[in-house]
This record gives sequence, C-alpha cells and structure tokens, in this order.
Amino acid sequence: MSDKNSLLEARGIGKAFLGITALDGVDLTLERGEIHALLGENGAGKSTLIKILTGVYSRDHGTMRLEGAEVTPSSVAEAQGLGIGTVYQEVNLLENLTVAENLFLGRQPRRFGLIDRGEMRRRSKTLLERYGLDIDVDALLSSYSVAVRQIVAIARAVDLSGKVLVLDEPTASLDAHEVEMLFAVLRRLREEGLGIIIITHFLNQVYAVADRVTVLRNGRLVGTRKLAELPRLELISMMLGRELQHITREHQAQEETVISAAEAPIRFSGYGKRGSVAPFDLDIRPGEVVGVAGLLGSGRTETAFLLFGIDRADSGTATVDNREVALSSPEAAIASGFGFCPEERKTDGIIGDFSVADNIALAVQARQGWAKPISSREKAALAENFIKSLDIRPADADRQMKFLSGGNQQKAILARWLATEPRLLILDEPTRGIDIGAHAEILKMIEKLCADGMSLVVISSELEELTAIAHRVIVLSDRKHIAELKGDQVTADNIMQAIATRTEAA
Amino acid sequence: MIHTRNLPFVTTLGIFVIAYALCVLQFPNMLSTRVIGNLLTDNAFLGIAAVGMTFVILSGGIDLSIGSVIAFTSVFVAVLVGSLGVHPLIAFAAVLVISTLFGSLMGAMIRYLGIPPFVVTLAGMFLARGAAYLISTESVPISHEMIDAIQGFYFRFPGGGRLTALAMLMLLVFIVGAFIAARTRFGANVYAIGGSQQSAELMGVPVGSTTVGIYALSGFLSGLAGIAYTLYTSSGYSLATVGVELDAIAAVVIGGTLLTGGVGLVAGTFIGILIQGLIQTYIVFDGTLSSWWTKIVIGILLFVFIVLQRGIIWYSNRRLAEGRLKEI
Ligand SMILES: Nc1ncnc2c1ncn2[C@@H]1O[C@H](COP(=O)(O)OP(=O)(O)OP(=O)(O)O)[C@@H](O)[C@H]1O
Ligand SMILES: [Mg+2]
Repeated sequence: MSDKNSLLEARGIGKAFLGITALDGVDLTLERGEIHALLGENGAGKSTLIKILTGVYSRDHGTMRLEGAEVTPSSVAEAQGLGIGTVYQEVNLLENLTVAENLFLGRQPRRFGLIDRGEMRRRSKTLLERYGLDIDVDALLSSYSVAVRQIVAIARAVDLSGKVLVLDEPTASLDAHEVEMLFAVLRRLREEGLGIIIITHFLNQVYAVADRVTVLRNGRLVGTRKLAELPRLELISMMLGRELQHITREHQAQEETVISAAEAPIRFSGYGKRGSVAPFDLDIRPGEVVGVAGLLGSGRTETAFLLFGIDRADSGTATVDNREVALSSPEAAIASGFGFCPEERKTDGIIGDFSVADNIALAVQARQGWAKPISSREKAALAENFIKSLDIRPADADRQMKFLSGGNQQKAILARWLATEPRLLILDEPTRGIDIGAHAEILKMIEKLCADGMSLVVISSELEELTAIAHRVIVLSDRKHIAELKGDQVTADNIMQAIATRTEAA
Repeated sequence: MIHTRNLPFVTTLGIFVIAYALCVLQFPNMLSTRVIGNLLTDNAFLGIAAVGMTFVILSGGIDLSIGSVIAFTSVFVAVLVGSLGVHPLIAFAAVLVISTLFGSLMGAMIRYLGIPPFVVTLAGMFLARGAAYLISTESVPISHEMIDAIQGFYFRFPGGGRLTALAMLMLLVFIVGAFIAARTRFGANVYAIGGSQQSAELMGVPVGSTTVGIYALSGFLSGLAGIAYTLYTSSGYSLATVGVELDAIAAVVIGGTLLTGGVGLVAGTFIGILIQGLIQTYIVFDGTLSSWWTKIVIGILLFVFIVLQRGIIWYSNRRLAEGRLKEI
C-alpha cells in the first residue's frame, strides 16, 4: 500500500518487438495535479511506453496501478473507460468525419436511442470554446489545418479521460500562440487535479509547463527529476548520455562575401498565385540557406508548394541558369534539380510497408526513371551512408519504415532527398519531432551541404533554428513576403519584430 | 451551401432527375405512377441487398456473397414451404437466422483472421451457391395462401400505379438503413472504420464487433432480399441472381459512396437503384434495344462516377490548402 496518493504508477515495464527490446524495466509515477514530461531521443521508447499505458500494446513485464488498483487495459476503449485519455503522435482523428462527429465518436448524445445531432453540435461548440476555437463543427475535419485538428484531438481526449491525459508530441504542429493557448488549458486541467503526461522535444516547453520529467534512453529509465531543481544542461546530458556539441555561426561571416558576389543561378521574379501567396522575388545563390519565417498560416508552406511546382504559379517567372523553367509539377521541379521535404511526413512522405533502404532510395529512383532500377548494392550503400550520418535508429536498413519511431522516420525522409543531391532543397520544418541530439546533427549536415554548393530554403517556426543556419531570412505575413533580413540582421528579435509590426499594422 | 462530401449524392440526384426528364420527353407515358410502382417492385430485392452493401462499402470492405446468398435463400424457402409444407413465417425466420449467422461468420474471419474481405466473401459466394445447388438444381415453385396474400397486397396510387408489399419492404429497409447510418452509434462507427481503421481503433471504436455487425447486417439483408426475390418470382432457383452483388456495388457507387470507404449516404444508393431501374424501363419502352444496353449504360455511369469522385477529392484537397490560410 505504498504511494497511496499516486494517480498512475507503472513499475518495471518491459516490451520487446520481434525480439528487439523497446522498453526494459521502466518506472513512471504520475501524481494528481501534475504535468509530467517524458523525454528521450528518437527511438528511446517514449511512444511505446505511452501505448502500453493506454492499452494499445500489451506489456511483457511490469505492473500498472491506477489510484492504487492494479489495471491492465487491453484496449483503448478500456483505458478510456478507466479514465486514461490519449492524443497519439502519428494517428489522430478521422478526416472523413465532421469536427463534432470526431469529438463525440463512441459517446454521442442520444435521444430515444438515436444520435441527437443538434445536441452534439451544441456540446461541441461549448467544448471547443474552452480552447478558444470558434469553428463550424459540422464541417469535415479535413477542411481544417493540422493545428486545429490537433486541438480538436486534445479537446476530445481531455473531455473523455477525466483522470489521466497523455499527449504524444502535441505541440509539434502548433505555433507559439497556439502552444500558449494549449498550455493555459493544461495548467487549468492540472488545477482541476488531472495528471498529464506530455512528450515533446522542445525543452523550452518542458520547462514552461511541466513539473517533473522522466527521461528514457535506449528503452531504459535514466531517472525522474523535479524540473525546478534540474539545470537544462544536466537534462540534456541525461537524454543524450553525453554533452551536446554546440553549433556556431562563426564560419558564416567569411562565407557571406563569397555568396553575395556570385550571380544567383536560381531566380524567381514576381512569382505568386492568387489566393495563395502574393507575388514575390527570390534569388537563391549556391551554398546559401534562405530561411522562411512567419506564423502558421502566413503562407510559408504555400511558398514551398509554389517553389516545388505542387501549386502552379499564375504570375511571374522562374529562371534556372538564365533559362526560364516552367515549374508546372513536382516532376518538372525535380528535373530542374529541386528537392522538397514536406511538413506532414505521415501523409506526404513515408511508405510504411517499404524498408528504410527502399524509402531512402525512392527519390533517386524516381529521378533516374523506373526503367533503370537501382541495384540492391547501390541501395544498401546509400542506406548505410545515411543511416550513419543521420544516426537513424535502429541501424537496420531492411526494417519496415512503419516500425521506426516518429523522429527516425523524419530522418529517413530527409535522407531520401539528400540522396538525390539536389541543387536546391526545400525543407518544411525539417527538425520537427526530432530529438535535440539529431537536431544538432541535421543542422551540421545542412551546413556541410551548403559548403558543397547546395542551396537550401528552410521553413521553420523555430526562430533559433533559423538564425543558427540561415544566411538570409524572408518573413511572411498574411500570405505576403513582408521583409528580408540579411547577415547581422538575422536575429530572433528582428524576425519577431518584423512579424509583429506587420500584424499590428494589419 | 452544399458540403463537398454531399456533392456526389447531389450530382447523382441531378443526373437522375435530368435522365428521367429526358425519358419523359421521349415517352410521356413514363411519367406515371404505374411505371414508378413497377420500377420499385422490380428492383425491391436488389435495393434491399444494396442497403447492406452500402454499409459494407462505407466501412471500406466488399461483400461478394450477396447474389449467392439470395439464391440460397430462395431455394431454401421454396423447398421448405413448397416441398416440405413448412409455414412460410417459420421458413423466413429460419433463413434470416442462417444468412445473418453466415454474414457474422464472414465478418469474424475478416476481423480476427485478418483475411481481406474480398477473399472471405469470394469464398462465401462459392459456399452459398454450392449449398443452393445441394438443396436443388431445379426451379422449385412455391405456393401458400400467406404468400399469395403478400403478393396480392398493395396500395393503389392515383393513376393506377401499385405500391406493392415488396416495394414497401424495400422503402422501409432504405429508411431504417438511412437511420442506422446517420443516427446510431453503430452507423457512426461504420463511417469511422471506413475513414481509417487504425484511427478508429485508437479512438475507442469497437472495431471487432462493428465489423462483425456490418457483415451480419449485409447477410441479414441478403436473406431478406432472397425472401423478396422468392415472393417476386414465386419460386426458388439455385441458378438465379448470379452477379447481383455487382449490380448492388454499382448502385452503391453510382449513389456517390466512395469505394475506399468512409464517405457516402444510404439515400444515394436508393438513387443508384432508381437510375438502374430507369434504364431498364427505358429499354422496355423503346422495345428495339437489347437489354444488354442496361449493362453498357451502367458501365459508362460507373466510369463517370469514379472519375467524378477523383475530381472531387482533388478539388477538396485544393480547397483545403486554400482554406488553411483563411482560418487564422
Ligand atoms: N510496432 C513495432 N514493431 C517493431 N518495432 C517497433 C514498433 N514500435 C516501435 N518499435 C521500435 O521500438 C523503439 C522505440 O520506439 P518509440 O516509437 O517508442 O520511440 P520514441 O521514443 O517515441 O521516438 P520518437 O521521439 O522518434 O517518436 C524503436 O527502436 C522502434 O523502432
Ligand atoms: Mg514517438
């Protein structure tokens, strides 16, 4: 009868997939009225632990107690019934249903045994109002952005659970304002006595919202600590098992001169599309990293879609090496030497049933045509190279993609495009969902690629990331390119300033 | 405003109205309650089966056993009532229990053994057809005062048309089916599974029992369609209703339900049935056309609708990209 107070208590949790240990003797204790962060590198076992706690996977070892009573939820529904609600990392809600239907699936209000749609609509409205969302709840979920969908998913889980709320990387797709909104809700729920487990790779957020943290590494428990007493560097070395190498901007000053002297071989002038992005000019020089900043919905992703030919421009021209090119489709863009790593890896990127090697080789194969298959030796070499340089784990090129953790899938997608050695690579949120160690690796890699003459357009909502790597930053607001910051001007403050001035003026 | 997800249904409805108007222009007699009454009666068994198929397709599955189950049912009922003298009500009850169990069994195999619906129901199709042959390969006539009474029962429309018991049964099945789809938790779960089985499972939808329920419902309605068919032809014949499942699928798809699941309406299937009936009626009125034209027109319509659905998906994806910008 120890710890009678704990809300949820997991002891010695172990789990293996096909003989590979994903979790080994992990403990986790969640108190009432606590926000508990779960941290660890990509593939550390965070999502697996969550899935065991919420009834998706069965555990091989260990015990689980909810309010002192032993429980073994064998399905999500059972876990929900016990009071454990979840928002998962990869799969969220049903896009073919309306917002209201999603919120009340499985627990629709009924009258005389029939679903009461009017009541469902009303309740959905009030439920979402608590999150500051005023949307048409009868519209299909798919008509809303990732951010809104995520908030709907959270609203559903909060409303369902009542005792424990589990969030697996909930903030990955939210902008700063929405994150604040969510955190306000989480804090209120904490006040109400809920226990909340949150997985995230943003350490700022961990410190902003969480009370305690549990760190996993390679499927093992590293420790549980109070955040107030844990310096950030110590937390990082708990996660990595080593010190983080800092990225510097020193080299940039010397490169700057080289870059501005060179003629820009890739040029967009007056490029735009009505209802999507206002016409803009953009010159991209070899070895240059152009950052794109702006709030969610400011036209960042749309700019990328235009540059890569996913959306067709209806004004302006694109020139590559002084020749005008028509970027009418992604194929055309690839032929011009462009590459694009999209934001939503789940829907736009991975092929779960293919092996890691096949996924990496996909773009290379597409470029050289399907008539000329890549030999399996080449493929293996390619995979081995990137698995090493991006530290994809497990380092097994033949494993099916769907068995990789979320962050490792992201790395593999990045590898796919790097493998084509494009002259211009467009990255939309390249480090989302990637742990802090790999984050640094990817930024290092980007620098190396630029040194080799590749150009990059990087879209990111993390200003520190942009300022660390970008030579120039374009700031978007209201679907317009409103400012361009160069050299020393590239600071987080200046970017914020640019966005803020514009937003206030509007 | 029309929601994009209802666009296929609205299109189908539009096509039906226009096609009917064109038919009436050519043969004014086609606009009569008599024609409509016959159309409903002639397609009653197909309509009943198509409601079951709608649920199956909405869930992302397929049921190929329908035609065989109808044949089995009709032979079984005919032999029980016609040859063995069992009371029709008992025969009906027995056959509904059998077809429902048969459907549940297929659902359970799909869910718990992880075999694709196509394969399971293909096996079911052979099994049911074989069982029908086993009972009898002859056409078995059936007569019983109760059956005569059902066959003779109808409401008279103004204009001489008849709303027969069979037509009423089909309409009832459509109405109940539409309610189940739109207003019950079971219905909501069907749409959820059709959207994404994995997401549905993570959201706590009882995927197992729902899958079994879907195929049980389809089995039950196939059995009911078989009874309707027996009443319609006053006989049972094991070689009958070959390929009816394909007509049912066609009605569902023409009615605007996505073959990939998750999107569609039971009412759409009703329009799909009406369109098929309309084509047959037109051919009868014309008198010179071969009845195979029905198949050709349905083939063309299917193509049109599949292209249309692609177009809608493409269009709504574009709208989505634009809509994202507006909301903040
Ligand atoms: N269904 C599965 N089958 C086989 N292996 C799996 C499966 N699910 C997870 N794994 C493996 O278990 C390990 C832990 O994965 P998990 O998804 O829990 O990581 P994570 O900590 O959530 O990482 P991330 O931060 O990238 O999301 C990984 O090595 C992964 O490849
Ligand atoms: Mg994960």
